[in-house]
Amino acid sequence: MMSLPEIAAKVDAGMRLGEAEAGFLLQCPDLLAVGRLAALANHRMHGNRVYFNVNRHINYTNLCVNRCAFCAFRRDEGDVDGYSLDLEEVAARAAAAAAAGATEVHVVGGLHPHLPLEFYEEMLRTIHKSGPGLHIKAFTAVELAHFATVAQLPLEEVIDRLRAAGLQSLPGGGAEIFAERARLQLCPEKISGDRWLEVMGMVHRSGLRSNATMLFGHLETPAERIGHMARLRALQDETGGFQAFVALPFQDRATRLDGVRGPGGVDILKTLAVARLFLDNIPHIKAYWVMLGVKLAQVSLAFGVNDLDGTVVEEQIGHRAGAVSPQALSREGLVRLIRKAGRIPVERDSLYRELKREPDAC
Amino acid sequence: MLKTIAGKLESGRELNCQDALFLLRRADLLEAGRLAAAMRRRLHPQGRVTFVVDRNVNYTNICVTGCRFCAFYRKPDHADAYLLSHQEILDKVAELAASGGTQLLLQGGLHPELRIAWFEELFRSLRRHFPQVQIHSLSPAEVVHLAAQSELSVATCLLRLKAAGLASLPGGGAEILVDRVRRRVSPDKISWRVWVGVMETAHRLGLPGTATMVFGIGETDEDLVTHLLRVRALQQRTGGFSAFIPWSYQPGNTELGGEQATGMDYLRVLAVSRLVLHNIPNLQASWVTQGGKMAQVALFFGANDLGGTMLEENVVAAAGARFRLDREELLALIREAGFIPARRTTGYDILEEYF
Repeated sequence: MMSLPEIAAKVDAGMRLGEAEAGFLLQCPDLLAVGRLAALANHRMHGNRVYFNVNRHINYTNLCVNRCAFCAFRRDEGDVDGYSLDLEEVAARAAAAAAAGATEVHVVGGLHPHLPLEFYEEMLRTIHKSGPGLHIKAFTAVELAHFATVAQLPLEEVIDRLRAAGLQSLPGGGAEIFAERARLQLCPEKISGDRWLEVMGMVHRSGLRSNATMLFGHLETPAERIGHMARLRALQDETGGFQAFVALPFQDRATRLDGVRGPGGVDILKTLAVARLFLDNIPHIKAYWVMLGVKLAQVSLAFGVNDLDGTVVEEQIGHRAGAVSPQALSREGLVRLIRKAGRIPVERDSLYRELKREPDAC
Repeated sequence: MLKTIAGKLESGRELNCQDALFLLRRADLLEAGRLAAAMRRRLHPQGRVTFVVDRNVNYTNICVTGCRFCAFYRKPDHADAYLLSHQEILDKVAELAASGGTQLLLQGGLHPELRIAWFEELFRSLRRHFPQVQIHSLSPAEVVHLAAQSELSVATCLLRLKAAGLASLPGGGAEILVDRVRRRVSPDKISWRVWVGVMETAHRLGLPGTATMVFGIGETDEDLVTHLLRVRALQQRTGGFSAFIPWSYQPGNTELGGEQATGMDYLRVLAVSRLVLHNIPNLQASWVTQGGKMAQVALFFGANDLGGTMLEENVVAAAGARFRLDREELLALIREAGFIPARRTTGYDILEEYF
């Protein structure tokens, strides 16, 4: 029989938790006890430091050949509100990001039916030229696999070419939930969980780092949620390429999963706490405030989270699905949230190196 | 210090100002939450989380006070200024009654022309048409204003309203019960002593109610604790408060402006309220201002009630709060947190449990 004190003892001793133990914590009714354990584990790794960055999102197209049931962002070619940014527009956004003090652009889009690989290479070069200092974090594993299919090239070559064009790291989107049962209902056309992990393995071996996500609180079981994290942990043991784990709560408005309610605040906090405890080899646990809401994201800092993501600006995907958070947070806003949590704000670059900025005022 | 506080709580002793300040400033958030959750379990061992089916009807937005934190009021000559007719109010309450509602929260600005007869007539019609709907209405500031307008004492005014059908007072307008803070944000509103005086009179006349607190309006930690201690002292004298409802100032569209309290601020204030106000049985989480996700988390920080289903709410909506919940969402939110949802009356009697 498992018990909270036994698991706490393992956490204290720095021992790795098994899937059953993680499942036990996820189902444990004592939210604050689970949170306390996760906070201890986090404190051991990061002390009082909480990371954030100044970034900007660029969603280059909403046209997408997939039809994931949870997505309210995608459009078909020919839809009146379908769009694809041209290079000029991308350049303008990158320049605006750099001018606003961003250190990173986060570039993701739908699976465009026929843009050639050359377009993406050109887009990366354009961003690099327009915002020379910006770190380019771009494309999910799903997009990379799609580019390879459209270009009929091996994935390794696609990764190498994008890297040569300026790609510096990858966000961790498109993982959704790996378990096939739920994945086939959620996003039947999307690459499988196996393939997502395979692509990320290749990305890491090519020398690029990435994040890893999990979309939760829809059709998956608690065991499937833990199973998802277990597969990430196993790949991380091999490659060490994941920088942060981002648990994304399902947004239940305006998607096609009728009657499926997104996770509540308690489930979200517990999932983040379990992620901190179970993913002992992924350094950072990130709360994406766009989908959690700003208040809950700040509260998650007491439940094992050590990264509040960035300033974002102009997020479309989560908001289309009903997220009620604001469009952007200022650098000062993020600093205030972290300070009010009694922690030390650390502005980071995209590889988690601390950035020292001159204070704006004394 | 935390051990001393935990010891006091276990032996049923009340916390003092220093204890409250320690919990507010220094204690680990989850430790404060753990203590508050334990107290909540002692007070409510059945594991229920309650709610009431209600409607807020804001009969007028015309107000002569002009509080700087308010985005709802209008001056009498403003293009958006309104006063609902009795028929409009009765129609709204008919909708409430049709959806099984049992509580009407009627609140409005301090209108320069309304007299007591307007309210007496309204309350009598409401009682006649909707006897199942409790009239849980009017804040102390409205009562004081109405008494002055009608040239009555507060006690007489309350007695006449009670005779017409008023059953309880929601305790709005408490903001922070420290005059230095009140003068800054609402210079023309009643002082803390008057607020407490009206509530005390109401309780003694058989009009119980709830007490509120709006924090994040520039008060110090000491001011906030003073508010709690003043409410506790009044409760010690009358026992008239069934619940305490803290919520954070919503800065949208207001003259005062500024930042909203953070999620951690809210949970901490909730926990401290639970621990200091040992003599008030219920603590409400405010999903309207905090959102459903935060309200659910609040159930682990001392809250045992989610207030009303709020068929209509205008005041905090005007200040930027954007949250809506239907009854199914409310039930799911409670169940998923491991509690039993229960629909209640204004006086916290259980009407129905949802297993």
